[in-house]
Amino acid sequence: MKAEATQKMKTAPRTGADLLVDSLIDQGVDTLFGYPGGAVLPIYDAIYRAGESFDHILPRHEQGAIHAAEGYARVSGRPGVVIGTSGPGATNLITGIADAMMDSLPVVIFTGQVAKGVIGTDAFQESDVMGITTPITKHNYQVQRIEDLPRVVKEAFHIATTGRPGPVVVDIPKDISSTVHESEVDSSFHLPGYQPTVNPNPLQIRKLHEALLQAKKPVVLAGAGVIHAKGSQELKQFVQNYELPVATTLLGLGSFPGSDRLSIGMAGMHGTYTANMALYESDLLINIGARFDDRLTGNLQHFAPKAKVAHVDIDPAEIGKNVLTDIPIVSDAKAALEALNQFASDQLDHREWLETTQKNKGEFPLWHVDYETDISPQWLMKKVHEYTNGDSIVTTDVGQHQMWAAQYYSFHQPNRWVTSGGLGTMGFGFPSAIGAQIADPEAKVIAIVGDGGFQMTMQELSLLQERKLPVKVVIVNNQALGMVRQWQESFYDKRYSHSLIETQPDFVKLAESYQIPGYRIDSPKQLEEVLPSVLNDPHPAVIDCRVMQEENVYPMIAPGKGLHEMIGVKR
Amino acid sequence: MKRIVTAIVHNRSGVLNRVTGLLAKRQFNIESISVGRTETEGVSKMTFVVDVEDERKLEQLTKQLNKQVDVLKVSDISEKAIVARELAMVKVISNPQIRSEIQSIIEPFRATVIDVSRESMTIQVTGNSDKVDALIDLLRPYGIKELARTGLTAFTRGHQKQVAEIKSYSLLK
Repeated sequence: MKAEATQKMKTAPRTGADLLVDSLIDQGVDTLFGYPGGAVLPIYDAIYRAGESFDHILPRHEQGAIHAAEGYARVSGRPGVVIGTSGPGATNLITGIADAMMDSLPVVIFTGQVAKGVIGTDAFQESDVMGITTPITKHNYQVQRIEDLPRVVKEAFHIATTGRPGPVVVDIPKDISSTVHESEVDSSFHLPGYQPTVNPNPLQIRKLHEALLQAKKPVVLAGAGVIHAKGSQELKQFVQNYELPVATTLLGLGSFPGSDRLSIGMAGMHGTYTANMALYESDLLINIGARFDDRLTGNLQHFAPKAKVAHVDIDPAEIGKNVLTDIPIVSDAKAALEALNQFASDQLDHREWLETTQKNKGEFPLWHVDYETDISPQWLMKKVHEYTNGDSIVTTDVGQHQMWAAQYYSFHQPNRWVTSGGLGTMGFGFPSAIGAQIADPEAKVIAIVGDGGFQMTMQELSLLQERKLPVKVVIVNNQALGMVRQWQESFYDKRYSHSLIETQPDFVKLAESYQIPGYRIDSPKQLEEVLPSVLNDPHPAVIDCRVMQEENVYPMIAPGKGLHEMIGVKR
Repeated sequence: MKRIVTAIVHNRSGVLNRVTGLLAKRQFNIESISVGRTETEGVSKMTFVVDVEDERKLEQLTKQLNKQVDVLKVSDISEKAIVARELAMVKVISNPQIRSEIQSIIEPFRATVIDVSRESMTIQVTGNSDKVDALIDLLRPYGIKELARTGLTAFTRGHQKQVAEIKSYSLLK
């Protein structure tokens, strides 16, 4: 982790936009997600002149660009790069910037800005990008001098990709990108205020090891931090050494194989009974790379009440933020696990505990009802899993379909699950699938979306058609904003205020209008006939699956309740 | 509990906005902020007086501040040996008859009169916030026309007397 680097960039008479292009190439960027406009015309001209250097992906809305960049970042592990113009271009990116912030995704966003001379005059297509994005970025810049550009780009990529990843915005006034700059540019950077801690404190690691030796009911909670740190192998080794049950967070799915004997599934609001009870009963909770989100913890009073809590996080501010921590470990998840794996794995006396969790797994599994004539959404997820051998990349929006996908599509590997966890963004699933497919052209990518969320970004079908990407869109169509409807049913006495969507486009015809095959599936029989071949077809497709409208996501921790108060558990 | 927190920051445009925005977003109650340049070129110092519920909130505050790229160092100096000063200017209603009475009130505070008019006089006072508060309370009965305070600015003493049990918020305990 080097915060300092020196490089002199020799420049012919070149514009700021050329310097930007050079800097991007220098960072190894070859894919851009962007949308042109007035304030970025010089940048787009430079991109044009750079010819084959970039694969530029043009969405139909800036929100599509940034969600695609997020999907790209999630799957490739490389930063997603986004370009938007000033004013409305920048404000259309906001949802994605906030989403990337909440889910710690490395995204670098370049926004055009009006010329320096008119900033602050409410000029045409001006917006205060710095002011708007400060609370939702890891850091942001407005380039004031052309010679700062190469340094700022370097810093932006460094900040976005190191430590806890996150979005960085670089706002570039139009005169900066269009002015010719002839002299040499020094792009050395120095960030004394930014020095993420990567390696754990050995003392704290020792403490955790000692706690492990004493624990009777230890449990591991694995979050997305494990995936970001590429620490899945180390996690596997760690839990196998000590025979520890592993729960994952929503975003941590895939950090540990869902099918493994030691996996107790997802924890949290719609997690498994086994995982939540294990957290509730445990005497040592080892959180690795999760941030104790409220959707995970439920009522904090009842969260792991008997446990000594160890928390490994690269962001010191996460430790102790929501849950009091006994053993704080500021570290990259992989580095911490490597350090833990140095210890000899003495035989621990918690076999009884492991048996309890195994028994719970068998006795209180996830359950659902299958119907003769209607498709149950949970069954649909199981079928998607079956037909794709469980090895596809799955992206989702937020809501019921997201929870069903999380529950029933068991992930074996990291970076296969792309979902909007923290911000809970409708419209995320489809464009992020496009980005995921661009990052991994060989992968099978399934966008599981709700009928509500899909309608927020479905214009990107045009991009799908243009790029000939074989993404499959599976619409879990219950003609409702399902999770809203479920909450209204449960907590608002069935007053379905504006959550039932009676008028919808014909999704099959919609797909066909983009020359993408569309399918409508109404019955389980039809699903079994159509879905296997469509999912394994090398072309894109939109599959409109009509599912039971009244189906709810269970089990559940109701708002304000504790981990041990799950409802909808089959007994 | 009231705490005095200082932050050494890069002197860049938008940094104050970044820091106050962060505190507002996380619902920290700021009582005062003062900012100014330091002995180092390009580096400024912010002094916050904040009211936090407990030590956990305080720890979260310092950690969040520390996360900012433009923030170089954060210290909670509330329990250290510090020098802390605030400047206030108070315009008090006064006529020639009571001017000397006011003079005698402000004298023990080592405050000075910096402007006089027919119906008012302006007093400047520096000191810790309690002293400033006390003087303002004494002047209030005369009628305060205008009041401006800078907020506290502070740093640790040159010769740090070892104060017993300085609370440390390090993760290394």
